[in-house]
This record gives sequence, C-alpha cells and structure tokens, in this order.
Amino acid sequence: MSDIRLEGVTKRYGPVAAADDVDLSVAQGEFVTILGPSGSGKTTLLSLIAGLNRPTAGRIFIGGRDVTEATAQERNIGLVFQSYALFPHMTVLENVLFPLGVRKIGGAAARSQALEALKLVRLDGLEGRRPSQLSGGQQQRVALARAIVFKPDILLLDEPLGALDRKLREELQVELKQLQRTLGVTTLLVTHDQEEALSLSDRIMVLNHGKTQQVAAPAEAYLKPANRFVAEFLGIANFVGLDGGRTGLVRPERVRLGPGGVNGGRPARVIEAIYLGQMVRYHLAIEGSEGAPIVAAVPFVGRAWQAGESVAVSWDAADIWPVT
Amino acid sequence: MRSSGFSFIAPLLVLMVFAFNLPILYMLGLAFWSKGQGFTLEHYEGLVEAPVYLRVLGNTMRIALIATLANVIIGYPLAHWMRGLQNRARLIAIALVVLPFWVSILVRTYAWIVVLGNGGLVNRALMWLGLTDAPVSFLYNELGVTIGMANVLLPFLVLPLFAAMIRIDDRLMQAAASLGAPPRTIFWKVYFPLTLPALAAGTLLVFILCLGFYVTPAILGGGRVPMISNLLDTLINQIPRWEQASAISTILLIVTLLIFAAYRRLDRKASA
Ligand SMILES: Nc1ncnc2c1ncn2[C@@H]1O[C@H](COP(=O)(O)OP(=O)(O)O)[C@@H](O)[C@H]1O
Ligand SMILES: [Mg+2]
Repeated sequence: MSDIRLEGVTKRYGPVAAADDVDLSVAQGEFVTILGPSGSGKTTLLSLIAGLNRPTAGRIFIGGRDVTEATAQERNIGLVFQSYALFPHMTVLENVLFPLGVRKIGGAAARSQALEALKLVRLDGLEGRRPSQLSGGQQQRVALARAIVFKPDILLLDEPLGALDRKLREELQVELKQLQRTLGVTTLLVTHDQEEALSLSDRIMVLNHGKTQQVAAPAEAYLKPANRFVAEFLGIANFVGLDGGRTGLVRPERVRLGPGGVNGGRPARVIEAIYLGQMVRYHLAIEGSEGAPIVAAVPFVGRAWQAGESVAVSWDAADIWPVT
Repeated sequence: MRSSGFSFIAPLLVLMVFAFNLPILYMLGLAFWSKGQGFTLEHYEGLVEAPVYLRVLGNTMRIALIATLANVIIGYPLAHWMRGLQNRARLIAIALVVLPFWVSILVRTYAWIVVLGNGGLVNRALMWLGLTDAPVSFLYNELGVTIGMANVLLPFLVLPLFAAMIRIDDRLMQAAASLGAPPRTIFWKVYFPLTLPALAAGTLLVFILCLGFYVTPAILGGGRVPMISNLLDTLINQIPRWEQASAISTILLIVTLLIFAAYRRLDRKASA
C-alpha cells in the first residue's frame, strides 16, 4: 500500500501537451477518479504513473519514493487496461498466474493465490477458459483479478467499465467499490462518465486538454465547481446572471417550482417535461429572458406540470455558486 | 441448383482431370508397373538397393532443413523489425521483401553468381579486407545452394510472420510490463507464443518448397549438389528411367503431403 504524488507532471507529443503540469496527491487507501472527456490525457497520465511512458517534465512519487525514472517492472502497480489486454494464448488461470510467475511465486502457493483472486471477482469455475470464450464483463473481471493477485501497491484502472452495458456497469461499480474497500489498495480510476466518477470515488480530479481543472470531493466538485467547464462536465448546469455581471450556477435539483402567479417566483412556461422515474425534468423558459432554458429536476409526487403550463420558478440564494 | 452449378464447372473439371490429374496418376502408377509383369514393387526395391537415391533424398532433406533454418534466423528478426517501423518505412520494407517475387527466379539466381563468384563482390571484399588470401568458393557447393534457396524463399516466411506480428496488440506487451515482467519474459511468454503458429506454418511452407526446388540447385550447385528434383531431371531426360523417377516422386509426394497436413493444422490455428 502506498500513496501517489505527482509534481508538475508534463507529457508532450510534439506540440500537444497530453499532460500539462499536473499536480496530484492520492493518500494511502484512497480512491481517486480522473474524469475528463476523450482525449483529455487520462490514459497518458495513467501510463506515466505505471511507468509505461516517461514524462517530459515533472516527478512521480510512489510511497514517498521517486519513481520517475523507474521501469514499469520496478513499480509493483496493478493496471487494468481500457481494452483489458488479456493474453489470448493463455487460460484465465494462466493469465492470473502470470504476474506471480514473474515474481518467482509458483506451485501450489501461486495457484491458491490466483484462485483466491478469481474468487474475489466472482469468476471461480471459469479458470480453464480462454479470454475469447468470456463475455465482456467476465474479461473485465479477469483483468481485475490479474491486476490485484500480486498485491500491488496501487491499482490503476483505465475506463474499466467503459465497454460494458449500463446494467452490468452499475453492478460492477458496486463490486469494484467493495473490492477496493476490502483490499484497502490506493486506487486511481479513469473515466469519462461523470456518474461513475461521482458514485465511486473519495475525490475526483477533472482534466481537460491535459490540465487539471479541479481536485475535490464529488459533492464539492458538483456543487462548487472551480470553473464553467467543470460545472458543465459534471452534470446539467443552469447559469444565472448575478450582480456585477458575474455568473452563478444553480443545479437542477435546487430549482423549485410552484403554481403560476405565486409571489416570490419568476413566471415561466414549461417547454418540456421529461419523466425519469423518480424525478421529472422540466425545461423552462423564464418570461422576459432571452437566455438558455432553466432545467429543474423535481421529485415526482403524483402530478407533473405539462408542457405549455405557466409556473413560478425560484431558488435560494444559498444554492447559487459563482463561477468564472 | 447444385446440378446447374456443376454443369458450369464441368468443362473445367474435365480439363483438370485429363490435363493434370490423369498424367499424375499415370506417373504414380508407373512406379508400381512393370512390362509383362503387372503390379510390382521392384522399382522401390531398386531405390533401396541403389544407395545413391536414398543419399540424394537425405541430402535434399538436409539442405532443405538448413535453408529453412537460415530463413528463420534471418526472417524472424526481419519481420519483427518491420513491425516496429513507422508507416512509410514499413511500406518500403514490405516492398523490398516482396520485390523478389516480381524478378524472375533465374535472374535472381544468376545474380548470386555475380555476388558469390570467385571474382564476385563478396570475395573481392574479403580479399581487400585481408580476411582471406584466396577466394572462398561459395558457388557450386552446398553453401551456394543453401544461400540461394534461403534468399529466394525468404518472402514466404517473412510475409505470414509479419502479418501475425502486426496483429499483436502493443498493449499486451505493456500489460506484461505493468505486471512486472522483464523484456526477456515479455518476449518469450507473450510475444513469441503469439507468433508461433505463423512461424511454424511459414517454416513448413518454406521447407516444402525447398524439397522440390530445381532452378537454384541446378545453377548454384553446378550439377555437383544433387537434390531430388535434379535427380528426377536426370532420370527422366537423360537416362531415361521413368519408373524409378516415379517411385522417387511418389515418396517425395507422400513426404510433402504429410508436412502439408501439419502445415494446414498449424495454419488453421494461426488464423483462429
Ligand atoms: N503515443 C502518442 N503519440 C502522439 N500523441 C498521443 C499519444 N498518446 C496520446 N496522444 C495524444 O494525447 C492526447 C491525450 O490522449 P489520451 O491520454 O489517450 O486521452 P484519454 O485517455 O483521456 O482519451 C490526445 O490528444 C492524443 O492524441
Ligand atoms: Mg483513454
């Protein structure tokens, strides 16, 4: 178990800075998610930490040790690739045994350790199969078992659930979180899915064009984003004008709706009402305003407003977060 | 539907049977036939009794094996090196490997005489460097034949090998590295096993082609390196002893078919 520290880590590919002066500290046992759109440099950052790539500038510390120049094999890191990268010519068991064999662990000890890892990811009984005979979710678990079987100091996961369908993804999110807590291993997960980032992690780091936008706990990043990019990337954002020409963020859950003509609310018209199960999402045009529609997410209790109806829209001053 | 399809190819089939298959069958039959006697195995007995035939067969196998081995030793690193090239350099490398296919085998073989002859490039370079006093004889012996065959057949090994190597995802090697494997382990446990089916298939293909090679041994061997195909030439065109020739051909065909069966199995595994 170890902590991770990045200091001014930069990686250039020609004119492109895939990672641009990134600072990050991950405490021992912490679960941090790197969140960013495709091409923002997430995979680059993981490969730098894993030692598959050397930074152009900056230093990387693992467990207090400067590993910037260390090779991948000197780092003891479990890495799950976006594409799983299972060895196609080996069985599931052989795949999981591979990192043990490299560490000169063999025989019955290795076998029982590998089977235990497979049990942890609920794949017991499939150890004789080839990767090509497994479903996507099962391949994902093999990759996970292979990455944890040798008790790595840190676990790096590159969009581990990205290729799976929604239901399976949600199941595996829960499992992954439990597994991480059981092992207590310092974990860095990469994703472009903001829901995944918010639900899994102790803290998230938002990345764009290789630059850190914000590092914060999920709720804080969601409600108090550091800038407009974070505000929009983490969910639906209503931007409202504030005094002095500044802009404020109001999240849809903080918008209140009442019957039209009630004092204290701004008159608005419902453009669209989208039923989402527990919630109804309204798109509202504020009367006399030219701006983008306000989005409200309101718990569904019996009756929903219909498109075209007049309503009153309001929010607390405390729910406004100024953004730049 | 099936019958209409059959009637389309029937003329072609008739041509194939009469023009190719029947002569082959007739030729194979000769080996078991003796005038006035009917069925006989005497031609095979003749083969066993005259040791020259078996010696040539053994000789052929040995030269084919050495040429194939040389092919592997040159071809595997070459294909691997090509895999690591950037797009443009890779295209050029592929073109250079394929180029010999477009040059007549005769031209290529005679080119080796220019290169390896007593006054050839290699010998002049060796003497100029002071490595030898007298020219080394590369030609008209097994060495020349082996070099020539290895050169002519190299593309047959390099191309399938390269195709298999290019399909290997770089991330597999990265995954192995991240799991703690040193480069040597990555090569032997991950990369090499994934190229093995193609390597085996390519090797067998080259070996089979070596067995029946005629032009290169005839020219670079100068008649002094007897291989099966040259022996057959003598038995048919000069002596002539067709029955003996067909008996040898039958043995060669069986050996080739056996190796080909192994090749097919490996090839199917390689493309799976
Ligand atoms: N090996 C490479 N050579 C050149 N450019 C690269 C390389 N790897 C990544 N990049 C570039 O770096 C940027 C970040 O890529 P990546 O880290 O894969 O992003 P993400 O994983 O967030 O989608 C992209 O613009 C990509 O084109
Ligand atoms: Mg990526």
